[in-house]
Amino acid sequence: MIKGARNYFTFLRRCARIAFVGDWRYYAWMGVLSIIVLVGINAYARQFVNGLIVTGMSDQVSWGVYIANFTFIVGVAAAAAMLVIPVYIYDNKELHDLVIFGELLAVAAILMCLAFVAVDLGRPDRFWHLIPGIGEFNFPHSMLSWDVIVLNGYLLLNVHICGYLLYCRYRGRTPAKWFYIPFVFIAIGWAISIHTVTAFLYVGLGGRPFWNSSIVGPRFIASAFTAGPALIILALQVIRRVANYQIADKALLTLRSIVQVSMLINVFLLVNEVFKEFYSGTMHVASSEYLFFGLHGHHALVPWIWTAIVFNLVAMFILVLPLSHSLKWLNAACLLAIVGIWIEKGMGLVVPGFIPTQLGEMVEYTPSVNETLVCLGIWAFGLLCYTVFLRMSIPILQGQLCQANEQAGARAAGH
Amino acid sequence: MSEPVSRPNGHPSGAAGHEGMDRRSFLRTSAVLASGMAALAASLAPLRNLRDFPSMERFLQKHYKELTPPEMRKVLDRITREVETQYGLRPEVRDYKPMDGVEFVYCLNLTRCIGCRKCVHACVAENNQSRDPEIQYIRVLRMPHGSLDLEKSDPNYAPDTVPEKGFFYMPVQCQQCKKPPCVKVCPVRATWQQADGITVIDYDWCIGCRYCEAACPYFARRFNWTRPWIPKDRINLNMSYLGNRPRRQGVMEKCHFCIQRTRAGRYPACLEVCPAGARKFGNILDPESEVSYIMKNKRVFIQLKEEVGTSPRFFYYFDV
Repeated sequence: MIKGARNYFTFLRRCARIAFVGDWRYYAWMGVLSIIVLVGINAYARQFVNGLIVTGMSDQVSWGVYIANFTFIVGVAAAAAMLVIPVYIYDNKELHDLVIFGELLAVAAILMCLAFVAVDLGRPDRFWHLIPGIGEFNFPHSMLSWDVIVLNGYLLLNVHICGYLLYCRYRGRTPAKWFYIPFVFIAIGWAISIHTVTAFLYVGLGGRPFWNSSIVGPRFIASAFTAGPALIILALQVIRRVANYQIADKALLTLRSIVQVSMLINVFLLVNEVFKEFYSGTMHVASSEYLFFGLHGHHALVPWIWTAIVFNLVAMFILVLPLSHSLKWLNAACLLAIVGIWIEKGMGLVVPGFIPTQLGEMVEYTPSVNETLVCLGIWAFGLLCYTVFLRMSIPILQGQLCQANEQAGARAAGH
Repeated sequence: MSEPVSRPNGHPSGAAGHEGMDRRSFLRTSAVLASGMAALAASLAPLRNLRDFPSMERFLQKHYKELTPPEMRKVLDRITREVETQYGLRPEVRDYKPMDGVEFVYCLNLTRCIGCRKCVHACVAENNQSRDPEIQYIRVLRMPHGSLDLEKSDPNYAPDTVPEKGFFYMPVQCQQCKKPPCVKVCPVRATWQQADGITVIDYDWCIGCRYCEAACPYFARRFNWTRPWIPKDRINLNMSYLGNRPRRQGVMEKCHFCIQRTRAGRYPACLEVCPAGARKFGNILDPESEVSYIMKNKRVFIQLKEEVGTSPRFFYYFDV
């Protein structure tokens, strides 16, 4: 027992140590990210002192880019399931060794989600009111309490799966199936649930017709399974190039099929929603009208949403054409899809829900500089986490960081 | 990243070389750590201006419903002290409870309202709302004759005199719904409905997530985007814990039917000030009350946005 704990502690220490070791590109990348994180912390400190008045939000538009980014990134986290499903359900060999990169992305994404929710709170000092058992947790009535459970549960599931598999690899042991396979299957269902619950946050509000639509949930899932795997396609190529890690093109093309189908469904669902809103033309079309065409002389979101739609459509066409078997085109399509969905699901969903207000008033929203810096800080924080996770896990997967070379490692480190 | 094993400096080994290397790498690590800490401290510099750091007592304060009567007295004493320190006047802070056999209902006569906004300002004065930025619970909508379409309304009308020809006016405030969406969505139960039908907020429990503000179909909830500011000579010293005591930065507030008045048998401030007699308020469980009379005898009354299923206790009616 004690020996086991000591082994595990050595493993953690070596992982922590290696996160600070790398070539100049690694230091440069981590340095730049750290500076952006610090700028973000500085902006948040200003918000903490002066209140959320330093953002562009108002009583009329009471959620902005924080919640928009949160919504998008929950989708990225959920998309890890799109790597897990082919491997564990369809026994796909190409993706097998890559699953862990997807799950680590999910961990980093959930950390970002928690950060985005935390910075949106008016009283962060009262966070403990949210802790079940200690605070007053409004479960099951509030969808936000569901979100707290599913997000933290998903974080734990993925930390367990990744941590256990990596530790086994480090020790040179075969992982015990009963200790991780059940969790893998729970995590698949859980991945769907985190994004469904996040959709229900909006869908459940009867006073907001723009959100109170049953298609929001399916659209969230479809767009998440487009943007998430698209992000993984790009990340895997960076890993392959920077870390000399073998990743077959075939694996990327498997992910391509996923992105392709999801994008088609995503666009199809969008068409459904646009048709229903505009053809029936009830009073509830106001928010959509504001989003797509502008309303009563206000049209701040119009250029954004059309950019998103053009990006999504171009990405869809590239993806369905054989052209996208070439990585160059595939990457272009992925990038367009990510940006397109980030706009559509972030600003394109959260902000128009508030415009016009419940009493028909038109008040627009533009994120402030301070708010934008906080967001950049959290994005940099997420990338920093993901880089560190990869820095730890790649040598383990390649067998360079393992128990067998503990002594040698200790000597090389000078202790 | 192509050399992942911890070999920070591929130097030939040897006892002397190792030691030198150790010192150098130790110095380098220390320098990196020190500059990192310095950068972090610099980035946290704005915290020096923090004016409202919660005391341990406030930080650990329990939810309203969990406070025992002695604990409640201590909390009320603390609030009294805090107000006294900040405004130089001693308030009377009480925890007004709902009265037995009372369910409050508000009726507003749209034929009579002239859109003068006196209710808006009386409310601000009564309930210790922030004056800068000014928070108002009541929003008066100017509507063109012949329509109840809120999208055609204008809350920012500013003519020289009211009423104006061709318009009617509809004041909107918290509708004290029987099925309040704001209560349902609150993740920490910081807002709830009491026995007399009034939905209240524990300002010391709210975490400021603003989910209730998104959920409310009536734009009734307001957030303290920054530290509220009230001139010292404008403070209303008759205060209630769940009602009009001064709020802090980062929490929600809204109309609570002036519980510090109505639970002591008085009318809400907005009603008292109305020059047109458009506002009626009372106990719907009392068959002799004015509101019971209106509900029985007026032919048309409206619950705003009836279709969202919130069942407001706030009724609009016409003299027909």
